[in-house]
Amino acid sequence: MLADKDRIFLNLYGLQDWRLEAARRRGAWNATRDMLECGRDWIIDQVKASGLRGRGGAGFPTGLKWSFMPKEVKDRPHYLVVNADESEPGTCKDREIMRHDPHLLIEGCLVASFAMQAHACYIYIRGEYVAEREVLEAAIREAYEARLIGRDNVHGWDFDLYVHHGAGAYICGEETALLESLEGKKGQPRLKPPFPANVGLYGCPTTVNNVESIAVAPTIIRRGAAWFAGIGRPKNEGTKVFSISGHVNRPCNVEEAMGIPLRQLLEEHCGGVRGGWSNLKAVIPGGSSVRMITAEMAETVLMDFDALSALKSGLGTAAVIVMDQSTDLVAAIARLAYFYKHESCGQCTPCREGTGWMWRVLTRMQSGEAEMSEIDLLLDVAGQVEGHTICALGDAAAWPIQGLIWNFRHEIEDRITAYRRSRGLHALGTLAAAE
Amino acid sequence: MSVRRLALNQPEGFAFSPASLETANWWLQKYPADRRQSAVIPLLWLVQKLEGWVSEPAIRVVAEMLGMPRIRVYEVATFYTMFHLQPVGRHHLQVCGTTPCMLRGANDLKAVCRRRIGAPFAVSADGLLSWEEVECLGACANAPVVAIRDLYHEDLTPQTFEARIDALLRGEDVQPGSAIGRQKSAPEGGPATLVDPALYDGSLAVPVTLPNRPQPQPQPAEA
Repeated sequence: MLADKDRIFLNLYGLQDWRLEAARRRGAWNATRDMLECGRDWIIDQVKASGLRGRGGAGFPTGLKWSFMPKEVKDRPHYLVVNADESEPGTCKDREIMRHDPHLLIEGCLVASFAMQAHACYIYIRGEYVAEREVLEAAIREAYEARLIGRDNVHGWDFDLYVHHGAGAYICGEETALLESLEGKKGQPRLKPPFPANVGLYGCPTTVNNVESIAVAPTIIRRGAAWFAGIGRPKNEGTKVFSISGHVNRPCNVEEAMGIPLRQLLEEHCGGVRGGWSNLKAVIPGGSSVRMITAEMAETVLMDFDALSALKSGLGTAAVIVMDQSTDLVAAIARLAYFYKHESCGQCTPCREGTGWMWRVLTRMQSGEAEMSEIDLLLDVAGQVEGHTICALGDAAAWPIQGLIWNFRHEIEDRITAYRRSRGLHALGTLAAAE
Repeated sequence: MSVRRLALNQPEGFAFSPASLETANWWLQKYPADRRQSAVIPLLWLVQKLEGWVSEPAIRVVAEMLGMPRIRVYEVATFYTMFHLQPVGRHHLQVCGTTPCMLRGANDLKAVCRRRIGAPFAVSADGLLSWEEVECLGACANAPVVAIRDLYHEDLTPQTFEARIDALLRGEDVQPGSAIGRQKSAPEGGPATLVDPALYDGSLAVPVTLPNRPQPQPQPAEA
């Protein structure tokens, strides 16, 4: 288990006060001015050296992303936009950061904005997080009043921080859809290139980062890149907040070392799988958009980017959804298919039409009212949606279905057989064959 | 994608109250002066907080305020599913039905809603209650979750959920948060981590020297 002294989010559970004074006692805003004095290249180098990979799902190296911004500010201002549109099913980590440790996020916004020469930053929080938004706004007010941010602040870098909110669209977690939404439009992803680092918010150079990626940055710099890089495995360094939901005895959020074995994560922090380890059926290890893994794979897999992609799954947002033997896997994935159908922005035909089609087929499979050949057809259609859309929502809709068919094809087949048997179709077929 | 249309019956007009106009202006100052359109979602949300839903006249007022074509505001109002395009009950219940909540009993909560309130978006006869199924609310470690007037009620069972509905019908306030008294998203029974007192005794606030500080560059000698 990760030692308490190596944790970054010291108020993950809200047992302490989130306000400025208490946050300072926990180390927030310590030596921030020194960081800025070391210069922006130094800050970016530290983040690069720490091995921090983006915590929003894709796992792109954060320091490298920061270095994509233009070196000089020319006629267009630079922006930092923080993606707090946490909506990936299973994921509930940024919520805890924003309502319990908001000052770490605010400090991170200042440091990252300075490193990218941005004088303004927007935090785009999902519309449903009403109470969380109020805490965040109050914490930002405190930071302004203490002159930690704002014009002529104690850090010597003019910096304005604004909270903006959405209104219930999962797609706005995609960075260019988020920018569209922030500009007051429908959240439909943009074609890339141009990438946001060149043409982002209001046509200006912009970097979009996840809440957790930004909030961990100051602590990493304070404690040293080597400390962070010393946790976890090479290319998968650091600590990570895991959200565990579903059929465990004690679901929770917990910050742990990257690369912790999944079984250890579930047994040490969540009281194990409901009904014991042998009752485990499947795990979705990284939020709904990754392919599920079987209980055998879950036995030994390590929770990091590379170990999970080796199983054709992914770490994603590190949202672990546990399903025990009682689970109707077809129904669980059909519900996810409905989610993607509901959340598709409608811009690309393969996704708009494909998500609905896949959901309807899965719904029939859930009751068994399908043909065996439709399983391969579904797999084929999922492959046609995957990679043929502007953004990754099409991929995200296809992967859970592929995971189901690759790993649990027999469940669908059994369902279809049972349905046919109940209608007498199976018996009829047998008789015909016998004659 | 979800297909959403404006309600057939629309009110005569809409006007912001003086207090909400002040909030609207507070939102507007967050964006560059020539980017007023950015405030469209917060302003529509203000409308919904005032009236309970977003009507067609309100869309026109917001378009006027932001200098936007009406169709662009209409697009936003119909695209984002948190905007109610028809009146809802005084207490609108948003039941999360996505897989993590479903695995922990959200279907039973939906059944409670159907039995106690009726079909989704149908407003109960006394105008007090309505409900809808929403997609992931982002509180999955506390599943199943229902948002009642925007605040999350977590770790619900059909019994504790029904008790909350009863309280609302009696005109009482319901306390958001975990129904089983859990500390936020810590494991039930209290966290086993973050227990080291050294984290909270102020020792972390002692000024630190940053590791790997760059060495001051030797100044080039004057020619």
